[in-house]
Amino acid sequence: MTVFLHELRRGRTAFWVWTASISLLLLTCMVLFPEMSGQMDGVTKLFANMGGFTAAFGMDRVSFGDVMGFYAIECGNIIGLGGALYAALLGIESLSREEQGHTAEFLLTHPISRTRLVAEKLAAVLTQLLMMNALVMLLAWLSFIMIGETPAIPDFILLHLAFTAMQLEIACICFAASAFLRRGGLGIGIGAALLMYFLHILSNISEQAEFLRYVTPFAYADAASILADGRIELPLLLLGLGYAAVGAVIAFRVYLKKDIAA
Amino acid sequence: MKTIIETDRLTKSYGKSRGIRDLTLQVGEGEIFGFIGPNGAGKSTTIRTLLGLITPTSGTANVLGMDISHRREILARTGYMAAEASFYPGMRVSQLLALSASLRGMDCTAEAKRLCERFELDTQKKVETLSLGNRKKVAIVCAFQHKPDLYILDEPTSGLDPLMQKEFFALLHERHAAGASVFLSSHVLSEIQRHCTRAAIIREGELIAADRVEALTGAGVRRVTLHGVSEAPDLPGVQPITGGADSVSFFYRGALQPLLAALQALPITDMTVTEPELEEIFLHYYEKKEA
Repeated sequence: MTVFLHELRRGRTAFWVWTASISLLLLTCMVLFPEMSGQMDGVTKLFANMGGFTAAFGMDRVSFGDVMGFYAIECGNIIGLGGALYAALLGIESLSREEQGHTAEFLLTHPISRTRLVAEKLAAVLTQLLMMNALVMLLAWLSFIMIGETPAIPDFILLHLAFTAMQLEIACICFAASAFLRRGGLGIGIGAALLMYFLHILSNISEQAEFLRYVTPFAYADAASILADGRIELPLLLLGLGYAAVGAVIAFRVYLKKDIAA
Repeated sequence: MKTIIETDRLTKSYGKSRGIRDLTLQVGEGEIFGFIGPNGAGKSTTIRTLLGLITPTSGTANVLGMDISHRREILARTGYMAAEASFYPGMRVSQLLALSASLRGMDCTAEAKRLCERFELDTQKKVETLSLGNRKKVAIVCAFQHKPDLYILDEPTSGLDPLMQKEFFALLHERHAAGASVFLSSHVLSEIQRHCTRAAIIREGELIAADRVEALTGAGVRRVTLHGVSEAPDLPGVQPITGGADSVSFFYRGALQPLLAALQALPITDMTVTEPELEEIFLHYYEKKEA
């Protein structure tokens, strides 16, 4: 547990910054809803006539005037993108920063097996993500209460389950990349998260790009689809969790045999 | 002699850049063994291979009677000091020492306290604010606080002031007297000469000599300085070092009789014959290998 707890301590500032940022943005957004809801009919009509843009963000499938529709589109984007970036950073830095900071030698000259090291680091990444999602979910719930609304519980839970699963997948894939890197991969992590996000938008706009739904985790975490269908697209979710598992296995296999840079 | 470190044709290749080649070495239990070579000779590569940080390309190595694949068991009984100590920024010295002990599943609080007092280390300071010397002290405490059976030390005194160097070697000899073995890598040859029983010389990834320090120092080589002459005698085994108008110094390797016979014919006013310093032997081995 030493490495696990050490990782949580090292990551606590970033954890609170990301949790606070996502939660505050979400709260701010929700506080605006009562004021905006009166004008939403017009806004919904306006968005309905924006063609590809409307489809890209799923606004053709849910109503902006409805609190859950508003939450899914506006807050879904904040949690989706913010959470994905945080997940990518957690994953990509976990193993690589030991070599970047020249602390790998300190860590790996203690009697701890590499398997255990990777396992505890991965557990720390996933724990931080789960904790962040739990707190964001709690604050999101409070934001509904603050504006005098009640969320549709099944939809609310489904949305957050999907966001969490998406972040876990991104974190695991970046964690695998981290095992290969000797220096920090901040750019790679941010790039990967943004790429996945834009691939999803692309898959929403063009039918020819629909295959991208099998690549990007944003596809099964698409808030509009979840709200419209009342479920997460299970095949895509399972595929995503499969990618996550493969990422984790790759990380173990690579790091166990890796020559550690001085 | 029971060996505590044993390598057999140990090789680590890094593609075009040099690693170590066919390194065969034995370190006996209870020895203070010196490992000498300039920067880039392969000292750290050897140590990093022994500690399981890198995988050898070929050959075998045993540490504490175990193949180096048994990383965890070996590291549990080993104290290691890296040439350049790097720690986690944001941590206090006390937290780092506790982390090191915790990674070993041990409570070393009492020993850590004793060592910190001995080396005058402020445990409340953040590690990123420490000077090189103080970072070395932290590395010393990390390597010594769990009282291991084997110490693998890579350039341990670089950055330490002379008083702390003295204290460090006093501690090392105490641990050695208590039964520990020491593998000391250094390019400060006087350290090896003063503190080691045996030593090995590494050059460009290859071991070029391994013997008792006295034998390495002797090695049949004498340092001869003659006054009253300006040139070394023309004799096999003579290797000039310096020459001047009225004196000359040279290494001589061979029987003393031919040298004395050759010197008799020269107008010598004074002469000294000494054992060369290890620095000179070191260069001697290098030049011999290059010849």
